[in-house]
Amino acid sequence: MLLSLILWSPLLAGLLLALLPAEGFARIRQVALLMSLIHFGITLYLLRHFDPTLASMQYVERFDWLPEMGVRYSLGVDGISILLIVLNGLLTPFAILCSWKAISERVKEFHVLIFALQSAVHGVFMSQDLFLFYIFWEASLLPMYFLIGVWGGERRLYATLKFVLYTLAGSLLMLLAMIAMAFIAKEQTGHLSFDFSTWRTLKIPLEQQRWLFLAFFLALAVKVPLWPLHTWLPDAHVEAPTAGSVLLAGVLLKLGSYGMLRFCPTLFPEAAILFQKPIVIFCLIGTILGAAMVLVQDDFKKMVAYSSVSHMGLCVLGIFSFNLGGQQGAVLTMLNHGLSTGALFLIVGIFYERTHTRDLHVYGGAVVKMPLLGLLFLPIAMSSMGVPGTNGFVNEFLVLRGAYLYQPWVGVVAAGSIVLGAAYMLRLTQRVMYGPLKSPVMEHLVDLDSRELAQLSILVLLIFLFGIFPNLMLSRSEASVHEGLLLMMRGALPNAIP
Amino acid sequence: MKTLYLVLFLPLLTAIFIRLGGARMSKRAVSVLATSSVFVAFGFAIMSFIALSRIEPPRAATLIIFEWLRLGSMSIDFSLLLDPLSAVMICVITGVGTLIHLYSSAYMEEEEGTEFARYYSYLNFFIFSMLTLVLSANFVVMFIGWELVGVSSYLLIGFYRTKESAANAGKKAFIVNRIGDLGFVLAIFVLMGVFGSTDFNVILPSANQLGVGSVLATTTALLLFMGAMGKSAQVPLHVWLPDAMEGPTPVSALIHAATMVTAGVFMISRCHAIFELSPVAMHAIAWIGAITAIFAASIGLVQNDIKRVMAYSTLSQLGYMIMAVGVGAYSAGFFHLFTHAFFKALLFLGCGSVMHALHGELDMTKMGGLRSKLPITYWTVLVGCLCLVGFPGTSGFFSKDEILYQVLTSAHGSIGLWMVGTLTSLMTAFYVSRFFFKVFHGKTRLDHNVFEHAHESSAPMAVPLLALAVLSIGAGLLGLPHFISHWQPFEHWLAPVFSDLVRSEGHSESLGLPIGLMALYTLLAISGIGVCWRLFANVSETPTKIAVSFSYLHQLLWNKYYIDEIYDFVFVRTLFGMSRRVVRWIDQGMIDGSIHLISDSAQSLGIWSREKLHNGYARFYAGALVFGTVLMLALALFTN
Amino acid sequence: MFMSVEFALTLAVMIFSLGALGVMLRRDPLVMFICIEMMFNAANFALVAISQYLGLIEGQALVFIVIAVAAAEVAVGLAIIIAIFRNEKHVDVDAISQLRG
Repeated sequence: MLLSLILWSPLLAGLLLALLPAEGFARIRQVALLMSLIHFGITLYLLRHFDPTLASMQYVERFDWLPEMGVRYSLGVDGISILLIVLNGLLTPFAILCSWKAISERVKEFHVLIFALQSAVHGVFMSQDLFLFYIFWEASLLPMYFLIGVWGGERRLYATLKFVLYTLAGSLLMLLAMIAMAFIAKEQTGHLSFDFSTWRTLKIPLEQQRWLFLAFFLALAVKVPLWPLHTWLPDAHVEAPTAGSVLLAGVLLKLGSYGMLRFCPTLFPEAAILFQKPIVIFCLIGTILGAAMVLVQDDFKKMVAYSSVSHMGLCVLGIFSFNLGGQQGAVLTMLNHGLSTGALFLIVGIFYERTHTRDLHVYGGAVVKMPLLGLLFLPIAMSSMGVPGTNGFVNEFLVLRGAYLYQPWVGVVAAGSIVLGAAYMLRLTQRVMYGPLKSPVMEHLVDLDSRELAQLSILVLLIFLFGIFPNLMLSRSEASVHEGLLLMMRGALPNAIP
Repeated sequence: MKTLYLVLFLPLLTAIFIRLGGARMSKRAVSVLATSSVFVAFGFAIMSFIALSRIEPPRAATLIIFEWLRLGSMSIDFSLLLDPLSAVMICVITGVGTLIHLYSSAYMEEEEGTEFARYYSYLNFFIFSMLTLVLSANFVVMFIGWELVGVSSYLLIGFYRTKESAANAGKKAFIVNRIGDLGFVLAIFVLMGVFGSTDFNVILPSANQLGVGSVLATTTALLLFMGAMGKSAQVPLHVWLPDAMEGPTPVSALIHAATMVTAGVFMISRCHAIFELSPVAMHAIAWIGAITAIFAASIGLVQNDIKRVMAYSTLSQLGYMIMAVGVGAYSAGFFHLFTHAFFKALLFLGCGSVMHALHGELDMTKMGGLRSKLPITYWTVLVGCLCLVGFPGTSGFFSKDEILYQVLTSAHGSIGLWMVGTLTSLMTAFYVSRFFFKVFHGKTRLDHNVFEHAHESSAPMAVPLLALAVLSIGAGLLGLPHFISHWQPFEHWLAPVFSDLVRSEGHSESLGLPIGLMALYTLLAISGIGVCWRLFANVSETPTKIAVSFSYLHQLLWNKYYIDEIYDFVFVRTLFGMSRRVVRWIDQGMIDGSIHLISDSAQSLGIWSREKLHNGYARFYAGALVFGTVLMLALALFTN
Repeated sequence: MFMSVEFALTLAVMIFSLGALGVMLRRDPLVMFICIEMMFNAANFALVAISQYLGLIEGQALVFIVIAVAAAEVAVGLAIIIAIFRNEKHVDVDAISQLRG
């Protein structure tokens, strides 16, 4: 029942929070933080007792839910999902901490939504029944919709509409494909089923695989977001409150890449290989163009947002390189991007609270006023551009190598991102931190308070920890990633591998 | 071997400690702590060196610290390799590092406490990175060191953070280095693909698997060399090094003269087994080295900023080293790296001493006559200059002579390369003596006040100068020409590393050629110096006249062949222009455009129905109701 | 008082059409109400006629429901019209279009 506990406890926490008096802001924040930390502790407990040598699902829970539709309440974790669950557990306290001062209206509702979001995201990572998966997938949309729509910036209405419509349009395709899959399961096994492990055993003709694959892939690609389906992301990020951005970049984008890694190759192996090349090309375009577009942004948050497009392009590239290194790199990218981009968004928030602007033209020279931030900014920027010693290097190295193994020219083109990545990240660093103080806005900057310092330094420590000991994470996901690849190869080339 | 832990991690731990706690310590404590940590590391490096010399050849010892990354059956360890090559490097790095730490304690005195601590922390971090690079036992660890060196160099170049130009220079250095790293990382992928490992012990002895003269070998070698071009600032990736002079001068001495920029030479020497497979790559390397040598020397002829003259001379000397390894004369190239580390560090520190005395003045046209004011600097810089020029008896003479000799006689060498090298040598003599005479001789062109107040710097600055001067002279003894001495400690020491080279490094028995060459270089050096003495020792109109009569050439050299402008135009502006267009046309135009088209058409349908159908006239609604009913009845009636 | 069912239905259609035309063409809400009543009663008339013709009682039962609903509707409608008249000082339906979307 551990998974159910992890899955529902945030929602429960949210409900408890709802019972508190709405005026006691400080009390609400403290209780929320405490509960999120306890919850993180439980996820760590799960990680501690997880057996990384097994490739199969662990802590499985399975009950019939809607038997006539073949829907089951079925949960389980493997090496890939467990890491993402812990990431989700980790980032929620940060989301609460970074809203300590920034959110001063409807504080209770805000925290309830954050908890609801956490539950929904956990559900996506745990569900072994695709019906359940879909419910959580859609459920994760709503809290974010409100987080941006209620506490967002000036153009929040536009941003939320774009975000929701983009995602819904994609999910609808996925829903259709899921229903089709359930009927295929009925044809082949005799009863309707949304069970992932059943679906994996189905033999689907290539003709059908193509459409089903594309439907799944498009839905997931919107969420990742893969170029050219990314334009909702910068708008959503720019309008979102800091906590929203942290969670959006930190965990919501991972829903897409997680789904791709989990479903696309294993359910539709032949179609996956068929579409490998075009997808890889889209990833390359996204990675390079995304990085190029960061260079010319003048909005602090937009720069970070576009860098997400570039990084997630690399992540999908790793997944679709279909080799162990590339996919391991992709898993690491999901986690590391959560840490480094999460930290960058925290920094954007820290600045925005002080300057009330994100226009980089007025920034510059902040390091003079904020030496502590200067100290912490650097490792975060380095992580984002993949400098060795930070976690970003490991995943970049693995993904690029995976891409190179797929086809050398892909590796060469993708490696261009390490130059562009350095260019935009150093440009950002310089425009914000270095140079003379340019504007009166920057004169009144105060350095990090202890709350901000704690947040950033924990992230920086993790950045170094996973950069120096990447095996901490790699060893946990290796068996599962390997298993997924094996399944795919067996499906795609039944004669090649016994 | 455990001493290597201390050599490597002492500087790192000190760097972290000072960065976090240095602001609360006194400046003196910071500098003592940082300097002594590097000095202790130097002691341990010497101990490792001695321990290594006791091991029978092939001398090599590997130390696995921990498993860094495991992927399926492949495992990449964080492991160190101590062999003659890396043993020399760690001694040079920590040795020169100690001197420069010492020098900095006086040079950076005027900085605030926090800035002072930050400086030392970065400097120690650089030492750690560089040690990682040279001690690495596999390509990935080397790459880690490689990149970290880039980071620390970025930090130190941009040390004066509030100066826009310093921040720009740091950024430029890092990005240009990254372009080189791109090649390096791709080379690692190729090697991992072929050998399934990244360990030097696995790859280098069996490098033949790449295929002698094969396309794969050439590609790998050139990709690796791309990395070397970035770090060792070879044309066309040289643009960052002159700008790197924005950093504090001791940094220029340590990083941009003695250690970091030699990483490329070190790497080629380390991986020579791969380079040897591809004659094409070797030729390319030798020629790029030669082009860099003469290209940088020609720019150096006309520059007035003393640090920039030194920067271009570093580029030029690096060109020599690369040319040497390109013709397969690894020992010679490495020897020049070794001697150059001392005399170039000395020259930079000398420049720093001059700047310190003149409150940051860099323009040599405004100096002159400093000989009497700065006697220690004068004499030590003189030693450095003589080494750089290649004056007989100095270390620079022997190392450069050996390179040019090898270029002429080795199987990979050619007359063309030799001529370029010799011409460069003449130019070197010219620009070095121009610098020297303009700064120290003649009547001063300085402001009276400044000149009178100029005084020799304190002991912490003078001691490193003297020590380096001694080393600059003495280092030559380790690699005397073969016909003078059979005692060849340097070559002998490195022999195990290059033992796989079947080619004998042709030392013909005849004495005619080597002696003739030596005489030629001596003549060139003296004539260069002599011409400069006439031109620059006293104020005269002649240099200006020459500059005017060759004004186009002068302009070209003065503007460094307009390379920066060309890059800015071709790459930077294009990239930015393209990116802007991508944002405007593709992102906002095409993608958002089509999204908006869909949403707008849905919206305008809604607006139309609101305006036209839901017009609020009850009678219209009634009419519509009747019309609709009739229509449906008609359909029901007539379709059946 | 016997008439053929055809005659009764024709009469119902005519009354209904007159009522519908009245609703569409007149702007006075009271007259529109009267027209609506005409339509109701045309329908009632048709119901009675058909029920008589088929010998079934349900049609006549339905008529009572229609009459009851119509009465309720008139009560509400008149209340609305009076409320509008109080606010607007006129009852021109074309001028009352605030409730458009």
